[in-house]
Amino acid sequence: MLNLSEEIASRIRAHGAKTYPHECCGALLGRDSEGGREVVDLLPLANRREDSPRNRFSITPEDFRAAEQTAAAHGLELVGWYHSHPDHPALPSEYDREHAWPWYSYVIVSVAAGEPGAISSWRLAENRTRFLHEEILTSARAAR
Amino acid sequence: MPVKVIIPTPLRPYAGKQQSAEFDARTVGEALERLTSQYEELRKHLYTDDGRIRSFVNVYVNDEDIRYLQKEATRIQDGDTISIIPSIAGGSSAAPSPSTEAPAEAKLSKEEVLRYSRHLIMPEVGMEGQLKLKQARVLLIGAGGLGAPLGLYLAAAGVGRLGLVDFDVVDFTNLQRQVTFSTADVGRPKLEAAKERLSALNPEIQIETFEARLTSENALDIFRDFDIVVDGTDNFPTRYLVNDACVLLGKPNVYGSIFRFEGQATVFGMPGGPCYRCLYPEPPPPGLVPSCAEGGVLGVLPGIVGAIQAMETIKLILFGGAGGRGDALVGRLLLFDALAMRFRELKLRKNPDCPLCGERRTITKLIDYEEFCGLRGAEAPAAAAQVPEVTPRELKARLDRGDDLFVLDVREPHEYQICNLRGHLIPLGDLPRRVHELDSSHEIVAHCRSGKRSADAVDFLRKAGFRKVWNLKGGILAWSDEVDQTVPKY
Repeated sequence: MLNLSEEIASRIRAHGAKTYPHECCGALLGRDSEGGREVVDLLPLANRREDSPRNRFSITPEDFRAAEQTAAAHGLELVGWYHSHPDHPALPSEYDREHAWPWYSYVIVSVAAGEPGAISSWRLAENRTRFLHEEILTSARAAR
Repeated sequence: MPVKVIIPTPLRPYAGKQQSAEFDARTVGEALERLTSQYEELRKHLYTDDGRIRSFVNVYVNDEDIRYLQKEATRIQDGDTISIIPSIAGGSSAAPSPSTEAPAEAKLSKEEVLRYSRHLIMPEVGMEGQLKLKQARVLLIGAGGLGAPLGLYLAAAGVGRLGLVDFDVVDFTNLQRQVTFSTADVGRPKLEAAKERLSALNPEIQIETFEARLTSENALDIFRDFDIVVDGTDNFPTRYLVNDACVLLGKPNVYGSIFRFEGQATVFGMPGGPCYRCLYPEPPPPGLVPSCAEGGVLGVLPGIVGAIQAMETIKLILFGGAGGRGDALVGRLLLFDALAMRFRELKLRKNPDCPLCGERRTITKLIDYEEFCGLRGAEAPAAAAQVPEVTPRELKARLDRGDDLFVLDVREPHEYQICNLRGHLIPLGDLPRRVHELDSSHEIVAHCRSGKRSADAVDFLRKAGFRKVWNLKGGILAWSDEVDQTVPKY
């Protein structure tokens, strides 16, 4: 269960609309505990895939370290990543799975013809063979 | 040495929920091996099934990515910190949907999809990779032994624009290894024959020919419009010229060279990687390293080395250099010994004092490479010009007259078997040891294939006190042209 406020969700959608037809990407900063996982803030990042930004995104180790530091500075941790699928459904691709890390939440927003739509979240299965759907809880407003 | 390995959050559940662990190890590979032996669950997240570090797993020693050090062999010291840092990547499915298609020129026709289907079904190539090949611009220097497999494979692979530089004409001695040409091509310009062959193989690609000797004047202009330059030349001046022009323009130089049974290949001119001058700051003295024409080459060898160059070229197009999939042949000189059928590898380092790519560079434009390699001016003492000579016709006339001439053949025994003038055989290298076989009161005419080795022999004999000794000008080649056409040329 991923706790993602409507405000955070709309910021993800806006980012996806802004970079369309390219993919957007960014870090999810939040808290993870026995009680569940909560996204508190976003850190939009540059898509470093200059060769095919329409259907790929990549975040460099440097950007990763910077995101980690930003999270720590706010007393938060990196709980996952978001990216957009321009003109594709909000389902993880095979490429997403091949490159995925366990534990993180992978939030995907579909952006069809520039209009952001569905948002979903996914976690890599223990054996790496598939993604498991992670339910998004938007009713409760996350505390900042 | 105790070192600390920092484990990123997503992997902590597989490492006893620890943030870090300490191990004794000498190299990064060893430290990671200890880590994954202790926490077996980690292995599948860090390594692929065949035991390579996954492409999206970055390993840093302190602040440095080990990809730019010695990778897993990077040595570590007491107190170093190894960090495992995720690269985050993903994206929608490989084939772009109609509304997000790349520009019109980057599309494959139905025919092309069929032609490249064995590439397209490989996840490492796919549509994305094939379009990269189609948009790639590769320049081949030389349409000879290495140029043949290079041209054929790169054209077949669908490299969208191939440039060819050569100025030679196909001759019979080329056919033993230059497999782009057929017997009917003998006498035609190489570029004309090569363009026809490659276009027939793949009409979908553009082939641009530059029928000229590559020089300091034209190199930059020719190179500028290409992404990758592939060096298939057979001489030192051009090799230095290709290297310098590539470094000045910031283009990769896919290098290969061949001699008899041995070949070399590497990629020069990559960011952070060495260049040809880092390996060979100075050219060898002229004449020390024989060319294929002088030393011979087994015909299959350029096929193997050229194919390695073609493979590296395609990998550069598909995956780029450092950090891409696989390992580019950068910072490593691959040595191939066909006789032993062994590949070896030498580490190549960027020379910080390299006059071309080092920190204080002194070469900022192209120079005169013939002069640099000692092939012009005062530094080129032509022995042949300084020893007395007879022409083939003069020799023939004197032999026909019955003059008592001693004909000395200074070639190798296997050359004698190809053809000979019934001379007395003493290979040049054996001459000092066997000089007693010669009578200094005799008139001696020395010959070899082209007149070069025999000039050295005449020079040697004159210094040893022989007075009546001449060099056959132009050797057996000239004899065949001017006196007896039944003598085969080789």
